Amino acid sequence: MTLLGQFALWVALLLGVWSATVAFSGRWQGREELRRSISGAVYGSFAALAVAALALWKGLVTHDFNIEYVAAYTSRNLPSGYIVSALWAGQKGSLLFWALVLSLFASLAQVLTPRRYAALLPYVAGVTSAVTAFFVCTMIFAANPFERLPFTPADGRGLNPQLQNPGMMIHPPMLYLGYISITIPFAFAVAALLSRSLDTGWIHAIRKWTLVSWLFLSIGITLGMWWAYVELGWGGYWAWDPVENASLLPWLTMTAFLHSVMIQEKRGMLKRWNLGLIIGTFLLSIFGTFITRSGVIASVHSFTQSNVGYFFLAFLAVSGVLAFTLLYTRWPSLRAEVQLESMLSREAAFLFNNLLLVGVAFSVLWGTLFPILSELVRGSKITVGPPFFNRVNIPIGLLLLALTGVGPLIAWRKASTANLRRQFTAPVASGLVTLVGLLASGMRDFYAIMALALAGFVAGTIVQEFWRGVRARRRMHGESVPLAFSRLVARNRRRYGGYLVHVGVLIYFVAFSGMAFKREMEATLKPGQSVRMQSPFGHTYTLTHMGVSQFEALNRIVSAATVAVAKDGKPEGLMTSEKRQHVDSFKRPTFEPSTEVGIRSGLQEDLYITYAGSVNGTEEAVYRFTINPLVWWLWFGGFVLVFGGVVTMWPGGGPTVAAPRRAVAGYEVALVGGGPE
Amino acid sequence: MSSLGRRDFLGRLGALAAVPAGLQAQDSLAGRGDVGTLRDPYAVGRPRDVTRIEDYDERIKAIEHRLACNCGCTLDVFTCRTTDFTCTYSPKLHREVVAMDKAGKSAQEILDAFVAEYGEKALMAPKPEGFNLWGYLLPGSLILAAGAGLFAFVSRRRVTVAAAGAEAPDAAPSGAGPTATPEELERLRQALAEVED
Repeated sequence: MTLLGQFALWVALLLGVWSATVAFSGRWQGREELRRSISGAVYGSFAALAVAALALWKGLVTHDFNIEYVAAYTSRNLPSGYIVSALWAGQKGSLLFWALVLSLFASLAQVLTPRRYAALLPYVAGVTSAVTAFFVCTMIFAANPFERLPFTPADGRGLNPQLQNPGMMIHPPMLYLGYISITIPFAFAVAALLSRSLDTGWIHAIRKWTLVSWLFLSIGITLGMWWAYVELGWGGYWAWDPVENASLLPWLTMTAFLHSVMIQEKRGMLKRWNLGLIIGTFLLSIFGTFITRSGVIASVHSFTQSNVGYFFLAFLAVSGVLAFTLLYTRWPSLRAEVQLESMLSREAAFLFNNLLLVGVAFSVLWGTLFPILSELVRGSKITVGPPFFNRVNIPIGLLLLALTGVGPLIAWRKASTANLRRQFTAPVASGLVTLVGLLASGMRDFYAIMALALAGFVAGTIVQEFWRGVRARRRMHGESVPLAFSRLVARNRRRYGGYLVHVGVLIYFVAFSGMAFKREMEATLKPGQSVRMQSPFGHTYTLTHMGVSQFEALNRIVSAATVAVAKDGKPEGLMTSEKRQHVDSFKRPTFEPSTEVGIRSGLQEDLYITYAGSVNGTEEAVYRFTINPLVWWLWFGGFVLVFGGVVTMWPGGGPTVAAPRRAVAGYEVALVGGGPE
Repeated sequence: MSSLGRRDFLGRLGALAAVPAGLQAQDSLAGRGDVGTLRDPYAVGRPRDVTRIEDYDERIKAIEHRLACNCGCTLDVFTCRTTDFTCTYSPKLHREVVAMDKAGKSAQEILDAFVAEYGEKALMAPKPEGFNLWGYLLPGSLILAAGAGLFAFVSRRRVTVAAAGAEAPDAAPSGAGPTATPEELERLRQALAEVED
């Protein structure tokens, strides 16, 4: 099967090169057979990569340990689910997975794009094929998943224990889907520039794709936080690690794009900015891949260091130069149709929202690269960890949260004083009441207070928007509240789905603020000994060590330390944290013992128990106990955010036939209003 | 999952900050006596030392949260020694912190001693001085500068537009009132409604 896999990779490479060459040469114009060959090559590339992926999967499932990748990431006793997910567990396999999904998305873009954008499709195929060819080329020449060993081991090394978690079966594919699908909006942007079709057509063509990318990135990042929380055992979910940062960067710029694109649709403004954002988002996705795979910056999430980093660096540089040069050549054709009229307008609020989102992205990028820069300039190595990122980014994040509430309240074009008073009174009161309540309760952590008070303000804006919409429907149609609410959302999915996303964001901030009150302690306990720990909410946990039991399970020897939990003296049940020594099918240890934490999750807080080890091989156990306030809300916020995203992109909620008219509506209205532009 | 109701939760949210930190303490309850031996001691990793009071002292923890472990994990010393139980660096660094603390050094003196011994990378965040100020200040400064520039640009444009309007009062109808037909007004209302979406 490896021969077939190798052959399939070469076929995919040749098809990709063909498609890109013909598309960019422009010779397909007026020659239908050539035009068809471009999209045909895209489908063929997908088929070839599917064959290659099946070949590798067959090697994984049949334990063909002569294949280096199979021996490195699986073993005979690895649970079958992880054998399947081993395809994306390592550098080489994940590159194949990436190329496969990209070719799938490229094919879907050819099939699903409405015919009115047909002129863009050959260029879209050219870009997606070029990117696919790059990934296949990297595989063939630097990270071949079908590489064979000179001997066949009796068993494989097995999968890293930290990857043996259900989250790892979902989190990487979600993140990859987010990263990969960014290529499609980028391809449409380049196609629009190449074909000089610079109206709002390309924006409408990529609307679903941008939302899909953003949604997958959101899911991937949230699942990544969850995986880090339950698997890495340090009691947190975000460490500002370079690889984590790399996933956040395109999410931030994509979020900025999703806001600024509304201004282009409605007012015909920000054309250059939007193209720049899409190009920047694509480049950041490649940059993230470079960071993850090059080993240039130390990270606990990195793949093994290899020379694929040079491939990505070169690709990043070439695609960046080409894309921005192309944008520069079309600069004069991208003038705004109207100009911003007032700082007190929704356009201005969105502009500042974009400024802050891109500012946070720059800040995160800057912090990630600052150690390299410092070493280059001063010759001394520094560490840039969470204290740095928190100090720089929390103030910007709070401003962004405030704008989340401000944006929807201000009218398009220009807000009057009466409009501002009417819109802001209730939300500001909501924020102030929250602030006073927190201060009265004794809370003194400045950033937590600000985050919660601003969350109160944003919640006020969203409730007000929903309430006014429901009230208007009730007045006009006489509907009941639930019916008016559901129809309000169903008939205006983009707007109210967006508000739901804002609800998710504010819940995130509430959850983040909880970590300011984290409690942690260590204890060594003999069976029967207890330790008391006070929650920031005021109650006391009594944690009693019950003992350590050892047993064999699947591919590991498990040492389970059990703790009896009582809350204010009332028994709450047992919690278990484990040490797992993974072994191969010959019972030989494969990795260092890993830790599985015990988590008791509630609306207020999580009780988080880590079994650190034992004293002198006895049942006397060393624990770390952590109380993490409001963590449950992070996962709930993620759910709300994704739900809001799904509502926004649900068919029927997108731009209607009236959308192109909206782009010029502001201009028409301005003429009627009397003020020349 | 806790059975806490939403109302209870909201009512008690304020209590979150009311309780002063540092009330946690190891209990002095006696154990039941016998401590069994594990069948496979190697399966639980490196043997652990008995935790001492200084291992979770709030002051020591605060210092260690500001010091980077040098095993390559990217975590701080406290988090690494209580998370990565295979790491041999962080326990050693912890012992150094405890020894300096017992010798009467202040937190800042301990941090300075680590920088002197291991270089600036021993800190989880660089000191905000010299070249490092670029790291701390550049993002915020750029955002402020861009915001101010945007504000100035829009304000100037607004003045220009207003001046142009004053110089050419007949260039456009002064309003939709007297010259607009009901059909035109309805079209305008619909356009505005769409824009307000």
